[in-house]
Amino acid sequence: MAQITTLHDAVADLVHDGDTVALEGFTHLIPFAAGHEIIRQGRRDLTLVRMTPDVVYDQMIGAGCASKLIFSWGGNPGVGSLHRFRDAVEHGWPHPLEIEEHSHAGMAGRYVAGASGLPFSVLRGYVGTDLAKHTSTIATITCPFTGEQLTALPALRPDVGIVHAQQADQHGNVGIWGIQGVQKETVLASRASIVTVEEIVDELDPRVTVMLPSWVVTAVAHVPSGAHPSYAHGYYERDNAFYREWDEISRDRDSFTRWVDDHIRGTSDFSDHLSMVRSGMAVVS
Amino acid sequence: MTATTDEIMTVVAARELPDGVVCFVGIGLPSTAANLARHMHAPNAVLIYESGTIGAKPTRPPLSIGDGELADTADVVISVPEIFTYWLQAGRIDVGFLGAAQLDRFGNINTTVVGDYEHPKVRLPGAGGAPEIAASAKQTFIMLRQNPRAFVDRLDFCTSVGNYQGGDSRQALGMTGRGPTVIITDIGVLRPEAGTGEFVLTAVHPGRTVEEAIAATGWPLRVSPDLVTTELPTADELAALRALTAGA
Repeated sequence: MAQITTLHDAVADLVHDGDTVALEGFTHLIPFAAGHEIIRQGRRDLTLVRMTPDVVYDQMIGAGCASKLIFSWGGNPGVGSLHRFRDAVEHGWPHPLEIEEHSHAGMAGRYVAGASGLPFSVLRGYVGTDLAKHTSTIATITCPFTGEQLTALPALRPDVGIVHAQQADQHGNVGIWGIQGVQKETVLASRASIVTVEEIVDELDPRVTVMLPSWVVTAVAHVPSGAHPSYAHGYYERDNAFYREWDEISRDRDSFTRWVDDHIRGTSDFSDHLSMVRSGMAVVS
Repeated sequence: MTATTDEIMTVVAARELPDGVVCFVGIGLPSTAANLARHMHAPNAVLIYESGTIGAKPTRPPLSIGDGELADTADVVISVPEIFTYWLQAGRIDVGFLGAAQLDRFGNINTTVVGDYEHPKVRLPGAGGAPEIAASAKQTFIMLRQNPRAFVDRLDFCTSVGNYQGGDSRQALGMTGRGPTVIITDIGVLRPEAGTGEFVLTAVHPGRTVEEAIAATGWPLRVSPDLVTTELPTADELAALRALTAGA
């Protein structure tokens, strides 16, 4: 059974220095509050896993939480570069970042294999590209039935999988609707999981299309607006203005550090953080 | 109304999409082009975004591939693993759109690094969905501004395979899709030559010249004997496009 707890305690109990941690959410339901709490608690040397390390990982990488990144697309969607990610890869700031890169199809398959208890995933992909020259977790396999050459990738089995959801009930059953990304696969592939939710309700909304039973979730924490500046379908919209502002905030090391010191390290929790940025946020009535 | 370069590229791409096409759309000009086609001559075009929205009908171009409006207007929303397996890998996508930082004469694409991989001059976002779109969509359209830094003789990194090394080398890799069939630039249009698979200039936009296209290309660009001038966006096309992008 999932334990209903605070985000502070869930991160303190489950996320340790050196862990492999996946925060997922495909543009929708990105667990920003959890990313901030990991920064606030000063975790170091993490292997961060995520298909689209966007602004949340830019913050964590720039804040010095990560020593390795496993990913498939690192950009600020619709805006441009992730400046902290680029600074880490191009110049080793704040320290060098090892990268292991795949394609979206590959990463999604690796989560599915992890969730399925299989050692690897198989797909028709990567052939002819330079990815395999630089990524050691790509291999060729021959289909035992047809002889076709296919690509095999090892399963992802994070120590902790972290997602945000619209709702949990009092028992810790979790409900998601809208764009569902790889949230289910991430929770099922991980040894432990943290789910932050907009609301704790008596009964899950009938719009729920993905349900994670309480007994596959380790910890549930109630964090309203915990996906901001990403969005929670039915609760609030994506704060596109913040994504654009991030380009300016993150462009230079000093302005980034000031922002993290003021908005994350200098705040007690995510609601404190939100009160600093709330003005730009569109709330769905 | 004078069309901007982006508007010409978008209209030219939209015209390439037949009604009923199943189209895998990225963000930016491709998304605008696919939505323009849907509002003009292709009302039954099916737009699939990699966030898992099938049949999305956004009223304005989304900023990200996962904006809420895509899910609200979709026929169905499925998981990301499902998009890349049942739908893309299995060959259910007619047209996939791709962008690039670098592109070579065979339509191979780099979106990973400029310079050396271990010590990049510029670290780009990486592969995303592109390698499998390039491999498994029945055909791909590429939209990219033409200049010598983008249209290169040799890629720094091959992220997504086009016509590979030319000839039948793409098919020899076992790829199921035909690969890139058109490159739409700010100067004109390139299409692959039969047999070699090398992209040649087949159209220039009004006011642009063959000489400009050649100067903007890092390999010795050849010109099709059937070179045409792009038909300018019509008043109707421009009005529909501007209605679509107003307030975006």
